[in-house]
Amino acid sequence: MSDLQSPSPQTMAQPPAGNPATAAAPASTSSRKGRIPLPQSTLLRHLLAVLVCAVAAVALLELTDPFRNSQLATLSYYAIAAGGLTVLTGLNGQISLGHGALMAVGAYTTGLFLSADEPLPLPVIFLAAIVVTSLVGALVGAAASRLHGPYLAGATLALAVGLPGLALKFKDTLGGEQGLRVRAPRAPDWFGDAIRTISGNSASATKWLAYVGAICLIITYFLLANLVRSRIGRTWRAVRDNDVAAELAGIRLGSWRVLAFVVSAACAGLGGAVLAIVVRLAAPSAFSLVLSLALLTAIVLGGLGSLLGALIGSALLVFLPQVTTDLGSAAGLDGTEAAQLAPFVYGVVLVVAMIFAPAGIVGTIRLRWLAQRAKRSIARESGR
Amino acid sequence: MQQFVNTTLSGLAQGMVFAAFALALVLIWRSTRIVNFAQGSMAMATTFVALALIQAGWNYWAAFAAALVSGFVLGAVVERVVIRRVEGGPELNAVIVTLGLFVAIQAAVAIIAGSAFQSFPAPFGLRGFTIGENTIALTPNRVFVIVAVLVTMGLLVALFRFTRVGLAMRAAAFGQEVARLLGVRVGRMLTLGWALAAVVGSLAGILIAGGSFVYPAYMDSLIVFGFVAAVLGGLDSPIGAVVGGLLLGLALSYVSAYFGGSSVVNLAALVILVVVLLVKPGGLFASTAARRA
Amino acid sequence: MADTAVAGEPGTTRTSGATLEVRNLITSYGPVRAIDGVSLTAAPGRITAVLGANGAGKTSLLRTVSGLVRCVSGSVLLDGQDVTKASVESMVTRGMAHVPEGRGVIAELTVDENLRVGALFRGKVGRDEFDRVYDLFPRLVERRDNPAHTLSGGERQMLVIGRALLARPRILLLDEPSLGLAPRIVAQIFGLLRQLVDAEGLSVLLVEQNARSALSVADVGIVLNLGRVVATDDAKTLMADEDLRHAYLGF
Repeated sequence: MSDLQSPSPQTMAQPPAGNPATAAAPASTSSRKGRIPLPQSTLLRHLLAVLVCAVAAVALLELTDPFRNSQLATLSYYAIAAGGLTVLTGLNGQISLGHGALMAVGAYTTGLFLSADEPLPLPVIFLAAIVVTSLVGALVGAAASRLHGPYLAGATLALAVGLPGLALKFKDTLGGEQGLRVRAPRAPDWFGDAIRTISGNSASATKWLAYVGAICLIITYFLLANLVRSRIGRTWRAVRDNDVAAELAGIRLGSWRVLAFVVSAACAGLGGAVLAIVVRLAAPSAFSLVLSLALLTAIVLGGLGSLLGALIGSALLVFLPQVTTDLGSAAGLDGTEAAQLAPFVYGVVLVVAMIFAPAGIVGTIRLRWLAQRAKRSIARESGR
Repeated sequence: MQQFVNTTLSGLAQGMVFAAFALALVLIWRSTRIVNFAQGSMAMATTFVALALIQAGWNYWAAFAAALVSGFVLGAVVERVVIRRVEGGPELNAVIVTLGLFVAIQAAVAIIAGSAFQSFPAPFGLRGFTIGENTIALTPNRVFVIVAVLVTMGLLVALFRFTRVGLAMRAAAFGQEVARLLGVRVGRMLTLGWALAAVVGSLAGILIAGGSFVYPAYMDSLIVFGFVAAVLGGLDSPIGAVVGGLLLGLALSYVSAYFGGSSVVNLAALVILVVVLLVKPGGLFASTAARRA
Repeated sequence: MADTAVAGEPGTTRTSGATLEVRNLITSYGPVRAIDGVSLTAAPGRITAVLGANGAGKTSLLRTVSGLVRCVSGSVLLDGQDVTKASVESMVTRGMAHVPEGRGVIAELTVDENLRVGALFRGKVGRDEFDRVYDLFPRLVERRDNPAHTLSGGERQMLVIGRALLARPRILLLDEPSLGLAPRIVAQIFGLLRQLVDAEGLSVLLVEQNARSALSVADVGIVLNLGRVVATDDAKTLMADEDLRHAYLGF
């Protein structure tokens, strides 16, 4: 497997720097005219990006109506889970069909904690969801660390198909087929005041949840971006690209793979937690195999290993179903049939993307851009 | 005691279907080194073809034959048009492509035929045979299932062992470049391999549908079980697929009967899969043959 | 090893060997030119040895000739017919059998099955032809139903040559047959090649790193270096040229 993963346009994406705002800017030390002078330190650059994204998020949420706000909330939880998954699959080469199930773990944990009479503060509950899902992720990751390719896909597929059964088995606590109602936390008082000061809008519950989602998303991507650019990220890539060489260099493959799995599981758990409070329900049908495949479609389309790609792909997941369902109804299909157009598109996108643009949107653009740069510098050299 | 016998018999019958599905997966794995995650959807689609024909008035056996033929065509088309482009590349790409096909085909069928549960006829009786006063879990239909799978396997063995086409397919699977140098049309052999595997998959799909309900997602569990059975037996071994299928069928039957009902069956399969992959990743019949000449 | 070559019988006479001509062949792997304008001729009834160090382009040459790799420019002619763009699978029907580097034994198939694959494209082949191969290589007889991966290096080489012969080739391309084999076996195999060529007029294009053995059995020698031909001459003349040998052939 190792020698097939060479960085060519025919294969998987080589991820750019995971930072959303500066993905297109080179991280090299060469000075160029006309480029925004960015700080050299990765951390500072990422903090700058966080600032920019925070401002953008506030602007977006304040300038749009409540319906869009709830769509953005949906986007945030998909993107959180997709971010973790793209790091797992893109950087570390492990495919997982079980992340839908992991989101379920986060969602149900959140729901259970929130059902207490005096629920703990939200950040604590989210942390709990992350921890629980990370533990499950560690278990799964340990089992998965020795697997690759189709074996890994098959094992995680089994997880995705099997885990919802637990909700049905323990239907008293977990609500069975109907699911567990989740009491969404109400916005704190200062929130309403803050919103009024910033934009003059009134604060609704939806808006509060959207902000929660946005904050979680920005924090998650900040942490992931730093991880990707760190020694840990490089080790993950080494394990993916040439496990034999990595092992010879003293890297313990299993541990690093499990770590990648745990990190992605943590993201899935947080995504599930946000999902629980946004949707106000945790039901097995929401975490079916289709969810895992939808996440996979998002990261493949966006570009494996790219956080920006994960964000773009997640946007597809949010806005596509509405478009296809409308198209379907317009074409005369009834409700359930039209709803199937979205998964159909996911499947087609996966096939087409893998055949024609395996690097995804971000990856293909980046490769083109790099090729242009190379051509330009060759032209410059030969012009001398 | 009777429950044990019944559980065993139903486990064997179920195991036979798993074995057929696992065999389809093994066939494709051996020839193209790809696990066809779309196998279940493809089989489901051909079963729906049969259903449509039956609802239009065709008799069961004609529809049965039509399902197998459409499976053959579908397998060939999928390999030639889609899979050919990712063969030999990074394995992750092939995995993702087959997953995409899985989703797309399932959704397409749901759009065309709807998601409602529809009953599918069984060609033989569904009442268990009676021995003395007791009715055992062996029904004429189950006997048919077992016989059909065994006959198919026999035909496949004969094909591979005794015919020139079978030899060419094995050469193409095990030594692609060398086979080309010897004049074997490797591309055609790969397409044929997929077509045959799809027929076996279609067989599994239609056998398990008999006397039960079909809906677009009805094969989802079978995909998992077939995969677990194939891994259990060893992805390289057709015999392993059969043995793995039977063992898994029995195991899941016992779990369901003695440990708490059908909701844990999927989870049990997962546990078995994990145990096998951790303890003996090559499966029970791991082939020790060197893969390099 | 039996003395008799695979002689023709009434009705099964092999047509004499084919003439292979390579003109100005250029093959690249990415930016690297593995073959940089090679021209040569392999005539019937002759063993033409292609020699040179590792990386000289010898294997790339054979792979381009048989079509496994597409050349960038140049042409390959078989008996005057342009086969440059011909498909790999069609080459054996045109009479060209290529025994690749590493022997190309199909490990999972038995010895007999390997042989049968060699004759597949011909349609129905009489059992007597297989028997003749077993006569040539008696060591394969007791192994006939064993999987090929159980064979030793020498046995594998015999198997793949036997398999190639079952294709009734008019030209045989051999890529480093002596690799990893004991000198005695190498001598046997080369001796057999010599007999086949002399008795039937078969053409042989023999790529070898073991230049000494190759030149002892070949008629013509072609020396490659870095993808280019640096010498073409009678084998005996090359053997006598000490400077050339030291520079390119390692002895």
